[in-house]
Amino acid sequence: MSELIAVYTIWLREVKRYFRAKERLIGSIMQPIFWFLIFGIGLGSSIQFIDMNINYFSFISPGIVAMSLLFTSIFSGVSVIWDREFGFLKEILVAPVSRLSIVIGKALGGATTATAQGIIILIISILLGAKMSIQSILMMLPMMVVVSLGFVSLGLIIASLMDTMEGFQLIMNFLVQPMFFLSGALFPLTTLPEWLRMITYIDPMTYAVEALRYTVMGTSSFSITISLAFVFAFTVVMSVIASWAFSRRK
Amino acid sequence: MEGIVVENLTKQFNSLTAVDNISLEIKEGEVFGLLGPNGAGKTTLISMLCTILKPSSGAAKINGYDIIKQPDKVRKSIGIVFQDPSLDDRLTGKENLEMHAMLYGLAKDTRKKRVDEVLELVELKDRQNDLVRTYSGGMRRRLEIARGLIHYPRILFLDEPTLGLDPQTREHIWNYIKELAKNEHITIVLTTHYMEEAELLCNRIAIIDYGKIISLGTPEELKKLIGGDHIILSVSDLEKANQVFPNAKEFDGRLALATKNAETEIKKVFDTASKNGIEILEVSIRKPTLNDVFLHLTGREIRDAKIDAKEAMKDHARRHGGM
Repeated sequence: MSELIAVYTIWLREVKRYFRAKERLIGSIMQPIFWFLIFGIGLGSSIQFIDMNINYFSFISPGIVAMSLLFTSIFSGVSVIWDREFGFLKEILVAPVSRLSIVIGKALGGATTATAQGIIILIISILLGAKMSIQSILMMLPMMVVVSLGFVSLGLIIASLMDTMEGFQLIMNFLVQPMFFLSGALFPLTTLPEWLRMITYIDPMTYAVEALRYTVMGTSSFSITISLAFVFAFTVVMSVIASWAFSRRK
Repeated sequence: MEGIVVENLTKQFNSLTAVDNISLEIKEGEVFGLLGPNGAGKTTLISMLCTILKPSSGAAKINGYDIIKQPDKVRKSIGIVFQDPSLDDRLTGKENLEMHAMLYGLAKDTRKKRVDEVLELVELKDRQNDLVRTYSGGMRRRLEIARGLIHYPRILFLDEPTLGLDPQTREHIWNYIKELAKNEHITIVLTTHYMEEAELLCNRIAIIDYGKIISLGTPEELKKLIGGDHIILSVSDLEKANQVFPNAKEFDGRLALATKNAETEIKKVFDTASKNGIEILEVSIRKPTLNDVFLHLTGREIRDAKIDAKEAMKDHARRHGGM
């Protein structure tokens, strides 16, 4: 019982902090809007898709939502470094609660805020003209939670390996951004050259994008079963490693 | 009853022995001070007692619980105010306290009551709904003390509670600590490198240097180590006074008389002086401070002794020959 309360306490803090940081909230909503405008409208009006019965805008919407999940989740996982640097982590670590509860609270909190942001982006994309059914939106929600959990855990793992926030830019440039660009969030994988497609197959983000896109388009580069299985497996593996890494650290 | 029992506790970081075979007992209800320069091992010792660090060897019991085998019970028995700030400054003062109460498993109705209580204790009630980032240094420290008390701990650890605060705020915090010791029946362990702080607040003090306790006792006992008080006299006839007080030392045209207790001795001095026709122009009493004690024990001023642990070790090796 007390461990459950501990999970809830940590979760509550994450959520409060997220909605209180207005500047960050606005920034993280504006960024996907720029993507929508630049790619959705700019690029979308100048290229034509082969074999596609929907517009490019509807095609990239799930990709942008996934991007938003990825960035927000990783950031919220990595924010443990800030907690450590500003001393707050100590207060949590000396409390009579298990490390596992702390990790779970942190992961659920991050997943909640990322999903909330994903929903906001989804609404914006619909307002901007993306076409999706209520059904596909309802299918997306649980997927967004699972995807976020996996990425928050990845962020927590990164945090357990880094001592200061100075390496954060490095992580963004060499891990998070490649994960996004190589995922097929912005272009269909089917037309890629063979070698590049192989790289996209090892990117967990690819499967997240494909799973979300399936709900909108009813079709995707590979079967929805494979995408979902991969997303689930990734989330499970990441959260296990994150829990382990966190309990191990002194 | 003993609140804390420490037996041969040692902590090594690679080749550095931060805490070196320390044993001590702290009674329940006592205000106990760990005094020493930075890098002496005070924080390392406290971190082990708070179950943050695992000792390399030795044992300790807090409130009857073993720090290695029963860390959760130890954690519930203690409140900690860390040396560095550990508040979430994006939350309000009240939220910080509520979160702490939840993590320590206080029931919902007790929670609200207790949070109100401790807010009142540190006089932050009117600022409870403001974000901590708008608080001053002193307010943050008060909030941390309040937070450390929420879960009714038996022992409160204060690691350098007034470090970096201005003199006025420092005095304010001292008053809170004195109040706590008086009214809450709580054992307080505080580390400091401020002499006046240790002297003012503590029943007993352990002086720590290079990870070892070099002396332990009440402030008075420690001061007695370097002899008693001095009565300093300016007199009309120095030569004559020298004959009348043969034990006095002369310096700067004045006389210093060593004595056990200046207050009771001073009348005798005046009587002897007037009997011999010596006029006393000026008199002052010099009481030994803990700084004098530290100087006496280590040959260094505690203020000069602000060296980091690595330096300390090198210096230590130099003085004790080889490593």
